[in-house]
Formats: sequence, structure tokens, C-alpha cells
Amino acid sequence: MDQSLSHPTKLPQLRIFTLLGLITVAWFTIYNLIQPLANWIAFGALHLTQGSHLGDAVAFFLYDVPKILLLLSGMIFLISILRTFFSAERTRALLGGKRQGIGNVLAAMLGIVTPFCSCSAVPLFIGFVESGIPLGVTFSFLIAAPTINEVAVVMLFGLFGWKVAGLYIVSGLVMAIIAGMVIGRLKLERFVEDFVWQMQSTGGVLDEKPTWTERIERAWDSVKEIVGKVWLYVIVGIAVGAVIHGYVPESALVGIMGKQAWWSVPAAVLLGVPLYSNAAGVIPIVSALMEKGASLGTVLAFMMSVVGLSLPEVIILRRVLKPQLIAVFIGTVALAIIITGYLFNLVL
Amino acid sequence: MIKIKVLGSGCTNCKRLEATARKVVETLGIEAEIEKVTDYAEIMKYPIMATPGLVINEKLVSAGRIPSEAQIEAWLRE
Repeated sequence: MDQSLSHPTKLPQLRIFTLLGLITVAWFTIYNLIQPLANWIAFGALHLTQGSHLGDAVAFFLYDVPKILLLLSGMIFLISILRTFFSAERTRALLGGKRQGIGNVLAAMLGIVTPFCSCSAVPLFIGFVESGIPLGVTFSFLIAAPTINEVAVVMLFGLFGWKVAGLYIVSGLVMAIIAGMVIGRLKLERFVEDFVWQMQSTGGVLDEKPTWTERIERAWDSVKEIVGKVWLYVIVGIAVGAVIHGYVPESALVGIMGKQAWWSVPAAVLLGVPLYSNAAGVIPIVSALMEKGASLGTVLAFMMSVVGLSLPEVIILRRVLKPQLIAVFIGTVALAIIITGYLFNLVL
Repeated sequence: MIKIKVLGSGCTNCKRLEATARKVVETLGIEAEIEKVTDYAEIMKYPIMATPGLVINEKLVSAGRIPSEAQIEAWLRE
């Protein structure tokens, strides 16, 4: 039995590509139908008045929920396919022998494409450090990987447009590079838990080359997993955003979240820390707040703090890092986020 | 008797991998012992850089993902 599994024939591959083509066509068709459909339901079927508070809020909700869920599914699928070409092992091999500086840049960029979950932070950290990758370079990776996260980037793209999503990626990269370089300069190796240095370096020799069918199956699995985890946050977040969109008066927030309020950036960073993993719910709310006068720098700082300074990851890393190094890590990242926020408020 | 180890510190994916492995063992009706390894010092004895990891008879077969039931079945048949 299971001959087809051990000796994959051409047939299932053809079938899976045909299926993929059909899904792509369906995706684009539905995506283009969302706007007219949302308007028709809100103003036609429900007889709400265009321009009224309730009408605007309902149309906004009916348009954004399917749009964001579709975007998330499609983009996560593509990103996951890309990620099957990368692995922690390959990234480590690429980083081996790289010096500070160029190593930090490369580590931050690989942080975007390497499959990573904060629960794997410890074996990854040990694997990197054991093979002689400098501490600062390792941190550039560990900062970039969660910060430039696919859900955050896709939602920023869907709700703010490609410019803000691009700005977010670039500032996340710069932050990871600089924070990693600072940590590297401080020579903090003694604050890594001693058992890490005593470990035998065996980390990561498993290297597999999946077939296309496997790549597609894995990507589909991660779409199910990620969208299954965030869809409720997306809906609740967009619902709250829709209420703000429809009911909060224009420029109501200029005073609290605008450029003039100097304390808004650090406050946004502090507020973001406990909201980890809720990026999906937070972004729609933030998007609505920006319409009402919050400034982009404050919003970006908040976003980065939500995903980049994650409490669970810090707790996990505590197993391999002494408290002093944890403190430096949090301090450097928080400072880098605050500077990014001020910079954008200043420039834009 | 096959010895299966699931390497991971208790994240969701580690639990899912353990459940999948148990299911495959049950369906095949083979005798196997499934052990969960949560201690990092113990986990790092295997050539692994991402959890969850699956070890069959002391050989690491997958890391950083949840293999499909068919895949695990194929490994167990080896």
C-alpha cells in the first residue's frame, strides 16, 4: 500500500497545480467583487443611507473583513512557499564566518524569510552561538524575525497601503541591524547562560529538499494555521475600527496621538508590549485612529512594539540569557522603536 | 519496539506533533513508545535548530514543522 506516497507520480502534482490555478482565479474574482457587494448590502439590501454614521461603518466593515482575510490567505500562502526554500540550518550556514556589520545586515534580512516561531528561539539561539556566529549578529536575526512578521505586513498593506507596509519593513530592518550592532559592541557574551557555551555543537544537520507538492501542502497548512489563529481578532479589530471610522469626529485625536504630543511615542511603545500576538486585531483599530489624527510615527512605533517586543519570546529567551542581557535586549529594542517613531513624526 | 521522541518545550505545534504521532502509531497498530522531551539540554543533543522535532529510534527525521501522517507512517515503516 501507499506506493503513490513513496514514489510520487506526475499525476498528483498536475492535479495540485490545476487546483492552485483554479483557486487563484477564484481569489481574484472574489477580491474584485468585495467592494460592489459590500456597498450593495449596506446601501441596497439594508437600506442604510450613504454618508450616514451607521451606513459608513457597516460598509467599511463589510468591505474590510473579506478583503483582509483574502489578502492574509493569499499572501501567507506565497510567503510560506518562499519560506520552504529557507531553513534555520541554511541561514546559519549563510551567516557563518560573517563579520559584524555585514553579518548584521544579512541576519536581519534572513530574519524575514527564514521560518521562525518564538517557541524555537532557544534551539536557534544555541545553534547560532555555538557555531561561532557573533552575539550581535544573532540578535539582529532574533529582532527582525518576529518584528517583520507576515500578518503585520499583510495587514499594514491591506489597510494603509504599500508605502506604509514598505516603511515598516525598512524601519524594522534598520532597527534590527542597529540594535544587533549595539549589542555586539557591548561585549555581553558573559551574560549568556553558561550551559550554552558547554554544549556540543551538533545543531542542525538535517537538510531536506521538499518536492513542489510538499511545498504547496506545507504552505497550505500554514495558511490554515495562521488564518485559523487570527481571523477572530481581525473581525473584532475591524468592527472596532469601523465604529471609530463612522462615529469619532475628524481630527479628534490630533491632541493625544498627533505629532505635537511628544509623549505619544513612548506611551505607544509601552502600550504595545502587552498586546503581543494581537497584531491582527490591533492594526485595524490603529488604522482608524490614524484617520482621526494620530500620526504615522506614533502608529509605526506602536505596531513595532506590539510584535517586536514580545513578552513570550523574552520569557523563552530567559532560559539562555542572564537577566542583564535580557534587560539590554529589551532596552535597545525599545529605544530603537522610540527613535524610529520620532524620526517618522519629524520627517513626514 | 520502536522508540519515538517528540522534541519541544511545550508549544502548540509540539503538542500537535505528539498527537499526530500517536494517531499514526494507533492506526498502524504497531508497538511504539512515545516520549516527550522538553528539557533543552536534552533536546539539543539532537542536531536540531527548530522545534518541534521528531526522533525515531534515535534518528532525527524532521525539525521545525509537523510532518503529514503519511510521511510519519513512511518513516515508521522503514
